[in-house]
Parts: sequence; C-alpha cells; structure tokens
Amino acid sequence: MVEQSDVRVVRCGGSKINFRPPIISTDSRFLLCASGDSVKVYSTRTEEWLHSLQGHTNQVTGIALNPANHLQVYSCSADGTVKLWDFIDGILIKTFIIGHPLFAIYVSEKHEGIVFLHIVMDTESKKEGFQLVAVHLPKSAEQEVEAKELSAVSSQISPNPSCTAFGREGQYIAFARNLQLNVYFFRKQKTYSFSLKATDKKGAKNAFTCIACHPTDDCIATGHEDGKIRLWRNFIHKKEYTYSTQHWHHNAVNTLCFTPEGTNLLSGGIESVLVQWQYGAGNRKEILPRLGGSILHVSTSSDGQLFCTSHSDNKITVIESSFKVCGVIQGLVKGDAVLTDLMIDPRSKALVLNGKPGHLQFYSLLRDKHLYNLDIVQQEYIYEAGLDQFEVVKAAFDRKGFWLATVEERGQKSSDLEFFLKLWAYDESTQSFVLNTTITAAHTDRIISMCFSSSEETTMLVTTAEEGQFKAWCQGVDADTEQDQNFWSCDFVGSYHNLKPTNCSFSADSSLLAVSFQEVITIWSPDTWELLTTLCQPPGVIRDLCFGQLSCSKYLIATTTENLLCCWNLLTCALEWSTSVEVSKLQLDPLSENVAAFSYQSEHTDLFVFKPNEPRPLFSHKNVCSEKIHRAVFVPREEPLNSCDESSQWLNRSQLYFLTQNMDLMTFSTATEEDRLLSSSRRLVIDDSVAVTPFYLLLGKHRQQQQKLDTPSHPAADKPQQPQGSVTITELLHTPAHVLPAASVLCSMFVSSLLISNTGVQDPLRKEMESSEQEMNGEEEDSEEEMEACDSQQELRAQGSVDEVTPKLSKAQERELKRVRKTDFSWMAGLVDSKP
Amino acid sequence: MASFKPTKVQFLPKLGEKVTEDTLYWKNYKSPVQMKEFGAVTKIDFSPLTPHNYAVTASTRIHVYGLHSQEPIRSFTRFRDTAYGGSFRGDGKLLVAGSEEGLIRLFDISGRVALRQFTGHSKAVHVTSFLSDGFRVVSGSDDLTCRVWDVPSAVEISSVTEHTDYIRALAPSKLNPDLFVTGSYDHTVKVFDMRSGSSVMTMQHGHPVECVLLYPSEALLVSTGGRYVKIWDLLKGGQELVSLKNHHKTVTCACLSSVGNKLLTGSLDRHVKVYNSSYKVVHNFDCDASILSMAVAPDDEVLAVGMTNGVLSVRHRKHKKDKETLTSRRRRGPSYRVFVKGKNFMPRQDDFLVSKPVKQYLRKYDKQLKSFEVSKALDTALQTWTRTSKPEVTVAVIIELNRRGTLKNALAGRNEESLTKILNFLLKHIFDPRFSRPLLMVGDIVLDLYRQVLHQSPVVERLLQRLMEVLGREEELQQELLQVLGILDTLFASLTPRKEVASLAALPVDQGPQLQAA
Repeated sequence: MVEQSDVRVVRCGGSKINFRPPIISTDSRFLLCASGDSVKVYSTRTEEWLHSLQGHTNQVTGIALNPANHLQVYSCSADGTVKLWDFIDGILIKTFIIGHPLFAIYVSEKHEGIVFLHIVMDTESKKEGFQLVAVHLPKSAEQEVEAKELSAVSSQISPNPSCTAFGREGQYIAFARNLQLNVYFFRKQKTYSFSLKATDKKGAKNAFTCIACHPTDDCIATGHEDGKIRLWRNFIHKKEYTYSTQHWHHNAVNTLCFTPEGTNLLSGGIESVLVQWQYGAGNRKEILPRLGGSILHVSTSSDGQLFCTSHSDNKITVIESSFKVCGVIQGLVKGDAVLTDLMIDPRSKALVLNGKPGHLQFYSLLRDKHLYNLDIVQQEYIYEAGLDQFEVVKAAFDRKGFWLATVEERGQKSSDLEFFLKLWAYDESTQSFVLNTTITAAHTDRIISMCFSSSEETTMLVTTAEEGQFKAWCQGVDADTEQDQNFWSCDFVGSYHNLKPTNCSFSADSSLLAVSFQEVITIWSPDTWELLTTLCQPPGVIRDLCFGQLSCSKYLIATTTENLLCCWNLLTCALEWSTSVEVSKLQLDPLSENVAAFSYQSEHTDLFVFKPNEPRPLFSHKNVCSEKIHRAVFVPREEPLNSCDESSQWLNRSQLYFLTQNMDLMTFSTATEEDRLLSSSRRLVIDDSVAVTPFYLLLGKHRQQQQKLDTPSHPAADKPQQPQGSVTITELLHTPAHVLPAASVLCSMFVSSLLISNTGVQDPLRKEMESSEQEMNGEEEDSEEEMEACDSQQELRAQGSVDEVTPKLSKAQERELKRVRKTDFSWMAGLVDSKP
Repeated sequence: MASFKPTKVQFLPKLGEKVTEDTLYWKNYKSPVQMKEFGAVTKIDFSPLTPHNYAVTASTRIHVYGLHSQEPIRSFTRFRDTAYGGSFRGDGKLLVAGSEEGLIRLFDISGRVALRQFTGHSKAVHVTSFLSDGFRVVSGSDDLTCRVWDVPSAVEISSVTEHTDYIRALAPSKLNPDLFVTGSYDHTVKVFDMRSGSSVMTMQHGHPVECVLLYPSEALLVSTGGRYVKIWDLLKGGQELVSLKNHHKTVTCACLSSVGNKLLTGSLDRHVKVYNSSYKVVHNFDCDASILSMAVAPDDEVLAVGMTNGVLSVRHRKHKKDKETLTSRRRRGPSYRVFVKGKNFMPRQDDFLVSKPVKQYLRKYDKQLKSFEVSKALDTALQTWTRTSKPEVTVAVIIELNRRGTLKNALAGRNEESLTKILNFLLKHIFDPRFSRPLLMVGDIVLDLYRQVLHQSPVVERLLQRLMEVLGREEELQQELLQVLGILDTLFASLTPRKEVASLAALPVDQGPQLQAA
C-alpha cells in the first residue's frame, strides 16, 4: 500500500457565514460573523474579507462583543471553549475552557465578567435538552483559564439561540420554548412563565420562534410560527400581563431585533422581506422586499445606523438605516442539496454549482470568494414554504468554456413535470453568459445526463432522457435558409431497444460517443450516427461512464450498481480488467490520465486514484469521510506543483475537491502546497484610521527606505526594491508644493527611482499591488520590519542558502526562495506586541 | 435588493412554415391589382427599356401597359383571330406577335398598323420571338415547323421541321444570334443552330412541353410540361440536372427573377411557386384561376400573372418609402428627439457623474403581480385587446399564477361576466398546442370551483356545453392521429433493413422540438 504521509483531507472555503447572527463593531467599521471553526472579520464599507480569527477546533456557535471593551469579542464553540479576541488585529487574548460543548453565548452590560451560555444538559435523561448557564469568567493573567463556575439559570430553553434575549439593562432574561415564554428576573431570582394555546379557532400556530427585548422599555417582542408578532407588556406581574399582536408575515418569523434606541422593531422571515415596525405606533411599518434568501438573523450596529441581515443563501446584507442596501457579503451558496455536478468554468477556473434558487453560482476557490450568480430561470422567486419552483438541475460546459447548457426543472413532486433546456453563449464584451436558445420540449421525460463533445470544430450536446432516447443538438446550418443559424437544433435522435439510458460520455477527441442503456454500453460515431459496437458486463446497471485521456484514450471505464468497476479496451472491444468495488463517484482528471474513484463501504468513504491501463491503484486514501460522496471535481492548478513524492504526484496538475452530504467542500492538500498557501496568505489589512495624505505617503515611504539603507545586511534588503519609478515622479509632480517635505529629503528618493532596480524582473501587476499596499498601510510596514528583525531564524536560513549557492540556483530553488521571501510573518508581530 | 423580474412571455414560433429571407422578400408585394382582359391571357412580356412597359397578349389584342398604369397606354387590335406570343425586341422598339390564322405581325411600338407581315405558316403560330441580333424573327407553329424571318425584307430565311407535334415553347439565345430553343408537344426540347440549319441537341422532357427558359448564363435550360419542371445542363450536352414536381397540374409558364435568378413557375393549379437556388420552394403565390402566363419586371418591381379567366393580376413591390409616409401620417405624440434628450451626452474627463437609477417600467399585470394582487393581474391579462391580439401574454400570466400556486385564488370569486370572458378565451385557444396545457388546467379549476353554481347561469352553461363538444371532437381527432402514427410506424419498421433496427433515427420526430431563439 502506498504511504500516505503528506496528502491529507482539508476543509476548504465556502463555509457558512449565516449560521449565527453577525455583529457589527461599535464603530460600525467591522462586521464579524461565525464561519466554520473561525470568526471572519469583514469591512462594512468595502465588503472585503479582512481576516479571520482562527483558533477554535470545532464549529463556532456564537459571538458577542465584550461589553467592557468594545474592541474585544467573545466567541464560543462546540469544542467547549470561550475565546476572547482583539478582532481588529486578530489576536487571541484569552481562552476559557468550559468543558461542555457550547451552543450560544449572551452577554449583558450589567453582568460584567459573566457570560451566559447554552450547553447540552447532562445526558442522563435521554432526551437532549438545552440548559442556560451563567459562567463567571475568572480574571487571571494566563492565556488559558479553566472556568468551572457554572450556575444554571434555566433548563427550559429552546435549542434555537434566537429564543433567548436580555431585557432592559440586563435586569431580566427572557427565553421561550415551544408555547411557553419565561422571564427570569435577576434581582428577584424568580422565573415567571406565560404560555399560549397551541392553536385557536382560526388555526393560528402559536409556537415561539424568536424573542427580542426592548432596550429601554419593559416590553418583550416574540415571533410566532404563523407570522404573528406579539408585544408583551406588564409581565412584571405574573397575572396582569398584556400583549398586543401585529401580523404581516405569512410564514414563521425567523428573527426580531429592536434598534438601539428602541424606536423601531425589525423582523424578518421566510418571505425575504425586512419589515421595520415603528414602536408604539401600531401597525405602521416600512418594508424592504426581495433581499435574497429567507432572512435568518437581523442585527443592528450600536449607533443604529446600520442593520445587517443574514440569509439562508449564505449571504449577509448590510442595510443603512434609511432602508437602502449598501453592501452584500456572499459566501458559497449551499442549499439543501447540490443538484448539478460540481463543475469548473474553463475560462475563469471558478467552481460552478447551483446556488441561489434558479441561479448558477461561480465561486473562486483560489480566493475563496463568490464571483457572481448567473440567473438561469429568469423568473421572480417567491419565498413561500412548500412552493414548487424551477430549479437548475443539470449544467455542463463545453471544453473551451464558450457554451453552457443548463436544465431547469419544476414539479419534481407532482406528476406534471416541466423542464427547459437552455444554451448559453459566452459573451466577450460583457464577460458573462448570454442566453442563446431555449428548448421547451427537448424530451418527453426528465433529462438524466448531458455532455458536450470536445472537438475543435463543432460543438455538439448530447442529452439522454428517461423516455429512452438520447438526442444530439447542434448549432448549425438550417437546410431551408442556408444561413448559419446561431441557435441550436436537434440533429439526431437515437435509442437502443427502448431501454432507459443512464449516462453518456464523449471520448477525448470526440470521435466516439458512449451512451449507456441500463446494462449495455453503446458506442456511436457522432459523424455518421452509426452504432459501432455494444459492450456489456452484467449484472448491474451502468452508473458512471468515462473515457480515458491522453495515453489511456483507448480505454473506457464504467461503474455499475452491482459494485463492479470495469475497463474496456476499445481497440479490441474486450474487457481489459474489472474489479469489485462499490464506486459512488468516478471522476476523471482532465489534465492527466488519472481517474479518481470514491468508494463507499461500511460507513466510510475511501478514495482510489488509478490509471485506466492498470487495475492497481496509484494512490489510495482510506476513510476520507464518513458519508457517501456524489460530487467531486478536479480543478486545474494555476501552476503545476513539482512534487516528486510518488503518493502526491497525481495532485501535481490539478486538485481534487469533493462535496460531502453535509455540504462541506473538502480537498486533498499536499505538503508542498501547504507551504505555498502559507506564503500566499498575505492579506491586505485596510487601516483607514490614519488619513492617507500625500505627505504621509511620501514620509512613510521615506522612513522605510531609510531603515533599509541603515541596515544593508538586514534580511529585508533582499526584498525586492520598492517599486517607484513613475509612481514617485507623478507623486512629486502632482502634490501641491506646500505639503511636500524638504527637497533634500525628496532628492535621494527621486534619484533612486531613476535607477534600474537590480532585483530581477517582476511582473508589473505584482508591483502595482505592492505599491498600493505600501500606500495603504505604511504603518503596518513598520511592524513588519520589526517582526522580520525578531524572526530572523527563518530569514537567516533563506539568507544562508542564498549566500552559499547563489551562482547555481535551479529554477525551482529560485521559486522556493521567492516564496520564502514573500512569507508573511505578521502573526509574529502580534505575539511580540501582546507580550508586554 | 434585487429588482422585480417581470413575467417572461414565452415566444413560441408556430410550427410549419419557416420564415426565411426569401419568404420575406417575396412576401413584400402589395396586394394584386386585377385587370380584366377580353380573353385568356397567353403571354406577358416586359420591355427591356427603362419604363419597363409590358405587352399583354389576350384574345385578339395586345395591350401595352405602363408599369404603374391600370389602363393600357397602347393597344394593337388589328388581329382577325386570336393573337399569340407578343414579345419585344431587345431595344424595346418593335413588337412581334403570331396569331391563330398563321400570320406573324411586326409592330412599331409607337404605331398602330403592322409594319411587316410574315406569311408562310399554315397553322396557328403560338410562339414568336426576335433573335438577339434584332434583324431576324423566329416563330414556332402548329404546322410543326420553325421558321426564321428576315425583318427588313419580310422573307423567310429558313424553315426547320424536326418536331413531330405542335411547337408551343420558344426561347432565343441572348448571347448567340444563331441559337434558339424550342419545346414541343412531342415531349422534346430541341436546340437549333441557324448556322447548321438543324437541331444540335435534343432532350426528352417526357411530357408535352409548355415553356422553355434559358438562364442568363445560358448554361442551364428550364423546360416545363405536365406537372414537371426540368432543369438541363447544356454544357454537359443536355444532361438532366433536376426534375421538380411541386405543382399538381400542368406547369404552363416559368420565368426568372432578375435579383438572384430565382426560378418562378406558374401552373394550372393556380399557384406561382418560387424556388431558391437549390430548387426548393421558398414561397408560393395563390391566384384565383389557372395561370397561363407570367412575367417579372426587371428588379422584381412587378410580378404580372395572366389567367385563363382573362384576368391580369399585377403585384407591385412594397418600398420602405411608402411605409414611412404611411406611418408619418399616422404618428402623433412626442418625437424620438424627446426620448433621447440628454441621453447621448458624453461626460468630459473631470466631470462629476451623478447617475440616476434607471427606472424599471413594468406592465400593468406585472405591477399587480408584484403586489400579489393575483385576481386583478388575471383580469388585466384578460382585457379584450390583450386576449385577442396577444394571447401568449394572457397565457404567460396564467402560467406565472400557476407557478406561484395562486391560480385557484385568481380564478375564484368571479361573476358571470368575467367567467364568460375566461370561457370564451378557453374555447378559442384550448387547442392551440402552444397553450393547451395551461388552459386545460384552467378549465379543470373553473369546473372545480363553480360546479355548485353553474346551473344558475344559462350563459355559462351554454359555453361549457360548447367546450365539452369541442373537447370531444378534439379527442376523436387525436385518436385518429395516433392510429395513423401506428400505421406509419409499422410501415417504417417493415421498410427498415434489419441491421439498422437499432437506429430509429431516420424517423422524423413529429412532436418536433419547439425552438426558440433567444
């Protein structure tokens, strides 16, 4: 068995950012949200991801600003710790170990040093119950503190964290479960509970879904499953409480939030409409419709100027208090299921899958950023529970990325199925796909699979449908008009003994088409539409089908439902080899001969990578994950790795991503790649607290240069010369004279800018970026210098190697060197700063 | 905040005839002008000179019409018996015509009396023409001879008797003054060379030849006769290129359009067919009576068709200019300038640009759908103008309502008047294959909703009765169609060779995919 030392499965990007309510920092500049096992910090103004607070080992389940210090944030996680962070610099200040998995965190200004947490009740009673506990956080100078002082507040809480809220000035805490609302008064140490009937005559559903407390008034707002909002008053007396009802939502209210002054109440639900109720003005309201997916959480900034809503389509919307959307932060949209395959857009190398209802999303894996949504269905999406609407179920790109075919379907549940086949052409001028052809009745029954031919001259699309036919579609000459049509039409209809087709695939040079009909694979020639041969290896229906690539193009691989993986030689039309393995997904690497097979056996998934010409696996990885894997894709790398390790060679040219059933996107990473990732994680921290005047720019730069001149032996000297040249000159010429520093200061800079730098060629883009970075955060640079001084160990190593073997560096070594040079060690600076 | 996406109105092209550039070109004629002649119009010939007057031979007269005149500007009436085959000389100044009595007369276009009379034929002369040098006239007669006459001296130069039946078709070569082609009822087409004095080529058409026609290159020859139109390649020694059978009665005339050399044929079955360069019918003109003669003016300005009932029908080409004058008279309201005012302003480099959000204009039903007023939206879509001239819009709204799951709500709670509207719409469109699926659903829901109260309104009840009748008829029709399909399937199955059983591909798919160009 192959050693699997340096290939490991890592979670990659696109984690949920809508899991818990996002919070806005007190100065409204940063937005924090829990995302996977880290907390992400975004800029509210630019919507850019600044950095993430990493340190938890499990899902982060709640975040809350430290009421004592507005620059700090608490986060709690399912790994049983509460961490305190400085979120601007991204520094972990303290870790409190609680010891139980935590599910939500609440803080209040009145209770300093105490956090309230949701934990799972001790498992003696089998029913999983949640408990609200108060934890006194011990004050100590250590980094890791164990906090064991738990005091239970209540055990009657709902697992939904939005069903708990602090009341006015932290005097009471309100929490609801099912049909009961409880209010715990800290002073009296008593719980009052109020309950509602399950339904009334009109069929109302009274279960509580969320709670919010008025900041200055004794009023609790509760949301209900049928869309009602109740405002509870006078609950200080157990009997004489009153409530008023407001009803606008037609589905459950997901979230409620009072603005900081308490003048307005914000509510959101499945309808994806943000409703702003005027407090104390009855039914007067403003609405902001069509925000995207259904609203899960609403939160406000402490000055009430910004609201943010998080949506079910993994999106956070930033809204001004004048009810205008001013920013959207979009993550990788993962619905209940990914219906399309994972695909790679050949042009942008972006991951493509269905995201928002009726859309295809393009997601850059490299930058972990959502690029754009392509509207496929082009219909107004109605956010209503249980409504059957069009969904994109199939999509395919042709090899060059010029054509995109999509299938949208409606009526999966009911009997009358509606579906459209659409073909999209890439438009160079708009840099996106434009609808070319809509085919309304492409088949009489559901389309099972489709693929594009990959030949150079003509593109052809083959679709197979449940009715037992496959059709070939071409964009071509119409016989009647003799004109080149730009739309697509049917070219050929084929079937085989009325069997139901299961899959189809074109060979690498598009000279052969394989269509599998139940147990039989038929091979067709797309030029003449002649049935060339049939291949069969019973028992079992063919599931996946693919042709070999490059040197293995004479092989055809297929998997069957009866745990068989077969490989045919197309020259002899005979079975080359077959093996008994349950394959759930077969994926071909477009850049090499390798084929990856995910096999699901006894509750866990294994990965085998093999070449079609031999049945021995090239690489295998046991227990990749515990779920069945149906979606996987090979993503071509920007530049190939040159790892010579045998086990990771198959990852040199492309990377394998797969999607688990929990909608986690995972990948395989190698050791060399992790080094690179580390080097590329240099981020742009925008510090806009210091005004960026031209004076500041020039001086800051000057200071850096001075440092460099002072310490010529400093490792930073082999950093590429700061790119000046034209930039300096333009600055010099365009800055008003009265803000310029003395000419003596500028002179040396000016002269040095005219010199040709001796650090070798760098691509201009990189220069541009660096120079802008310089301008943006000159101050940051200082700390970087310091940090580099402290952390000379690594640098010295690099330095040493340079000194030793300068004349005979190989290309690879040179690249390695460059990488080391660019490595960001700002985290070290953080450590240094925090020590004193 | 995403903007509201308006209802998508699906444009489904009607199945059947495809709109091509050729059809658009040939459709671009005004409705025909009808002129009554005294008898069957046997020959129409356009003058090659610029006013492009045309000579119409009918009964005992030849009328010369101006291109746009409805009255003859000149007529030649000195025929004692029926005149035939009046045709212009290459300079448009002389006209020659044969007649039933066997005389051939030559007229000056500005005079009345015949300049010359060529006597010699013993039977009726149906076809006469000038040879391309302009000094000789060739004629074909029922006495089986073809004679060539000298114009200045009015004497017969030569006579050929090679056909064995009436000569009814003649076409002189325009490139060589000594060549001409004749077609006869003896089923042959012959090419004569006056230099040798006999035929140099003979082609078997297979039916009595009614008309022959040379392409301008004179490499191709068209002959019509019976139901067939045949194209011959003269350069290959008279090899048959294509044989067309698009008419169901005798093809009597053929001519070429001057733009793109499209072939037009007219037939006794009352149709004029236009072929493209690969000899597929691209357009079809219908006439009231059997067609005997036809001609197209240079530049395809006018298409003149003569018929057996003596009617000359003339179609003039539409021009853009005419359309513009029409619309400019009709148009009211602000001019184009108003709408583009300030829109085409190019900002200078240092201008500060304040962009105004583009307002989204929505249709009325979209506005109502946006505010979830489903019943009102359906009412709007069912307004008289929309439902009569744009039923696809009405259906699109119905589909949208169904997608939203609110079609039932929209249909509920209607009075007799609005229900009548819906039922009438159903009656009209329920069989349109483009609409039938959503409309059947509407019918179902209407029946479900109003079953209890239907008997209260006789009007609605009557409409439902009618709906039931037409549905029954449609069902029978569908059944018959399915039977025919079954028969065809068995026929095809027995025809297909055994080894190709797997590929049923050759079968045309009758529920052809409906395409829509985006």
